[in-house]
Amino acid sequence: MNQAPINVPPAWHRIGKHEVAPEASHDEIARFNFLSNLNKYLATMVSPGNRIAFDKRVRPRFRREKGRDFENRREVREAMLRDPHFQTWSALRRAAMEMRQQAGRSLVLRQAKQLAEKAERLNAGKDTLQLNPNLTIPPYIAKVDNHLMPGSYHTELFEGDVSAAANYDMGLFVTTGGALGRFNDGGGKAIAQWLLSHHPEFKPKHILDIGCGLGHNVLPIAQAYPDAEVIAIDVGAPMLRYGHARAQAMGITNVKFIQMDGQYTGFPDESFDWIQTTMFLHETSGKSIYGIMKEIYRMLKPSGLTMHIEQPQYTPEMDLYEQFIRDWDAFYNNEPFWSKMHDIDTLELMTQAGFKAENFFQIGVRAVNDNEDHTKPRAPEPEDHGRAAVWNVFGAWKK
Amino acid sequence: MEINDIVLANSKAKGKRPYFFDDAAVERVLNITMAVAGELAVVHERLDTIERLLEAKGTLSRADIEAYRPDPKSEEERQRWHAAYIARILRIVQQEMEAIRDENPENNRTMDEVADELEQI
Ligand SMILES: C[S@@+](CC[C@H](N)C(=O)[O-])C[C@H]1O[C@@H](n2cnc3c(N)ncnc32)[C@H](O)[C@@H]1O
Repeated sequence: MNQAPINVPPAWHRIGKHEVAPEASHDEIARFNFLSNLNKYLATMVSPGNRIAFDKRVRPRFRREKGRDFENRREVREAMLRDPHFQTWSALRRAAMEMRQQAGRSLVLRQAKQLAEKAERLNAGKDTLQLNPNLTIPPYIAKVDNHLMPGSYHTELFEGDVSAAANYDMGLFVTTGGALGRFNDGGGKAIAQWLLSHHPEFKPKHILDIGCGLGHNVLPIAQAYPDAEVIAIDVGAPMLRYGHARAQAMGITNVKFIQMDGQYTGFPDESFDWIQTTMFLHETSGKSIYGIMKEIYRMLKPSGLTMHIEQPQYTPEMDLYEQFIRDWDAFYNNEPFWSKMHDIDTLELMTQAGFKAENFFQIGVRAVNDNEDHTKPRAPEPEDHGRAAVWNVFGAWKK
Repeated sequence: MEINDIVLANSKAKGKRPYFFDDAAVERVLNITMAVAGELAVVHERLDTIERLLEAKGTLSRADIEAYRPDPKSEEERQRWHAAYIARILRIVQQEMEAIRDENPENNRTMDEVADELEQI
């Protein structure tokens, strides 16, 4: 049993407010508070039992029966699926993810029309929002409701709908227990700070963010480089409508939101100094990920930079149990490309696109979290695999 | 634009739902129980707010509470609250129904199956 004192997650009312955000009632906030605490409890108190079950009974039994050890994480998963503790944790974690969607959707859908109107008021007449209703939604988005989000990023329940984005905006704080900061922008802040401090000489004028969603992580980049022209693209119109309105409401006006497929943008060759993706590549697919990287290479200026924020890749050195537990979301939280994506050799992905191996790099970054009270000591706690606000960033300079 | 927000809030995501327990019935009951647990926490938080406010600002008599009868508007609001409450708790039953009803087998595949396809496209 984990005996460390529990670090309670911040209550939901601390979430950063902006003009397009939905109204939340006392009960809706309380429902989110319950779910953040449930997630925290499952991650810190119940999940460690999986490792114990693995070491004490699942692995010994497999060895006994097969006369050998596990050879890959699929074998680990098949064996763990028969373990009662893993079943309980998985069933509860799945329920928590479904309940989080339910809570976000019930909050947002009851005021869907008002939200669309709020966004429209901020968006009307602005050339910094460009939608393309004829865009083909890529099959890996159209066919999959990623992380159990009914209707994915692109579905509109009526014209002008922004509910998918509003639901995402309100619920992320719950899933991550506030670990990404009040505006869920801890990843964008971390990468901007890293670049400013490690490459002060780099002064990007044209920046592209692919798969921007509602712009959580691109806004800190736009703020860090206020003289840059930033273009944020996504395939989902609700994300862009809401994201643009949110940026306007927050007074950040150097970002253009455009509905486009990152694999086929139509931007001229060598248009950008910096092309960023954040928690995006794992929601693409086996061929398109290579296509997108080629498109990035094409669009980058000479001496340009590209970086990609993701959870850690699986490497042959990574313990099979760790690979298996990090893979849970792939199968049970509707992230079907997650597993394959984290197996890809990122160096090979970049060199196939045209980057030179010597210009490839990887770094680790940790979310900049304005929810953390640095005056209070925090108890150490086990990692919430697949959700932790600590990432692997890989990238390359085009030289 | 009229949407049924109560039903839509509960929508099933595409993909065949994994059941971790040998008997799906156990998992169904677990889901219902967890939803009830959540709603109990919601009520607890609300009562806690009320108690703290009452303590800070003054009192309210128990007789007032016992004598209260909702006017028609409040009655409608309260009955709708019950409808949403029950739908929320029985979410999994609705989603299992959606899975049966959805004729498109594409939307009831396991993520293993979708992963195989995504690898190819
Ligand atoms: C997990 S979200 C990440 C959002 C954002 N980058 C963040 O950090 O919060 C992935 C986003 O990528 C978008 N997307 C998926 N495929 C895309 C493509 N081919 N081109 C542009 N956007 C895409 C989705 O619509 C979704 O909004």
